Amino acid sequence: MPRQKDPIMTEIPKGGYAGRQPQNHPVALHPPYRTSVKRSPQAAPISFPTTLSEETAPVFGHSMLGALDGDLLHNFGPQDQSAIGPRIIVHGRVQDQFGRPVAGALIEVWQANAGGRYRHKKEGYIAPLDPNFGGCGRVISGADGSYEFRTVLPGPYPWPNGPNDWRPAHIHFSIFGAGFAQRLITQMYFEGDPLIWRCPIVGTIADTSAVERLIAPLDMERTVPMDARAYRFDITLRGRRQTMFENRMEGL
Amino acid sequence: MTDRPESASQTAGPYVHIGCTPNFAGIEGVYPEDLGARMITGEVAGRRITLVGQVIDGTGTPLRDAMVEAWQADAAGRYAGQEGHDAHFTGFGRCPTSETDGSFRFETVMPGAVAWPKGGLQAPHVTLWIVARGINLGLHTRAYFADAPENDSDPVLGRIEHKVRIKTLMAQPEGDDVYRFNIHLQGPEETIFFDC
Repeated sequence: MPRQKDPIMTEIPKGGYAGRQPQNHPVALHPPYRTSVKRSPQAAPISFPTTLSEETAPVFGHSMLGALDGDLLHNFGPQDQSAIGPRIIVHGRVQDQFGRPVAGALIEVWQANAGGRYRHKKEGYIAPLDPNFGGCGRVISGADGSYEFRTVLPGPYPWPNGPNDWRPAHIHFSIFGAGFAQRLITQMYFEGDPLIWRCPIVGTIADTSAVERLIAPLDMERTVPMDARAYRFDITLRGRRQTMFENRMEGL
Repeated sequence: MTDRPESASQTAGPYVHIGCTPNFAGIEGVYPEDLGARMITGEVAGRRITLVGQVIDGTGTPLRDAMVEAWQADAAGRYAGQEGHDAHFTGFGRCPTSETDGSFRFETVMPGAVAWPKGGLQAPHVTLWIVARGINLGLHTRAYFADAPENDSDPVLGRIEHKVRIKTLMAQPEGDDVYRFNIHLQGPEETIFFDC
């Protein structure tokens, strides 16, 4: 009988990483997001096939994690004190563009508190700090690419851009995959938030479906009754091809 | 398996340090140490160097809210995780730019040459990744070393059409074992960024 392939231990091929597809990403220069005007490169980026420098990445083991790293409700305040606000679970899967799970991915998250206030000295919003909320956490994906952390629902907040711009509620995600080519920082939004489509930062992404993939739906199946609602956020990183070949023509 | 699109990037925003270097941001007691604070963890092999620089916007102003990450091979050209790599070298550094002058700084070693997929070697280089408020997709570049003879045969540098721009990838020696690599986001000195 042929040996069954374990669906969890999917073999990762050794070819180069597939090239980044610009249509899945924001543009560098988007004048409605005013800070991008003087911080956006103007020359075209230069392509080359990935090499060891892009196909390797730092390895972060589970031993690095503290017991409360993935529990933003409790990782900052005194013991037995919990952060203020709606309790939520955020979970999902890290996979590559070919559908293979990305195991061992380090996911770092940061966010405002339930009132929309960040714990940062440059932050001037009048909403109060929560003494029990630091706003950072981290987890490492399992063998099937799954991850989960617990936090409060962040509040929307005003920001100095246009005269009356408000960020939709969001959680920042920083992800390390198996190769530095997979490095990604993004933001997760929440289903049903009317601020999403008004946001100049969201508006840096031209493709509506690419925005929709950053919006986490409410997940009643994983919601814990009488405790915490769940939101599901799947993350897709670049993937390696089966064989080594150039992704783009020379000079493009 | 069905193909699916990569998740879209979004800016790291003004508070990237809360999530990535919380101790630097004043959020202490959550993690014992900020990730990437030390690249050298013991008796490392090779020549110790310091890589310093600033990230400069289109008005000539250094960014004081950016984060720079470094990823590089050890002195023998091996990456952490590869067989035989230097156990006292992580290869990974992460540095918030300074709130006063916008500078970043990595205490590291001179990397060895690294294999090129089609054979041959790439000149010693440090991969750098820059994120900040106003940068919508993390910027990937490489710091090469202006005094390295291997640069002349480097396959990445060799494919750059506008040769006049190659100097934007050269860390310049600045005193003993210090190299400066300023990153210009825009303007006549705009740094070459890679898409690979």
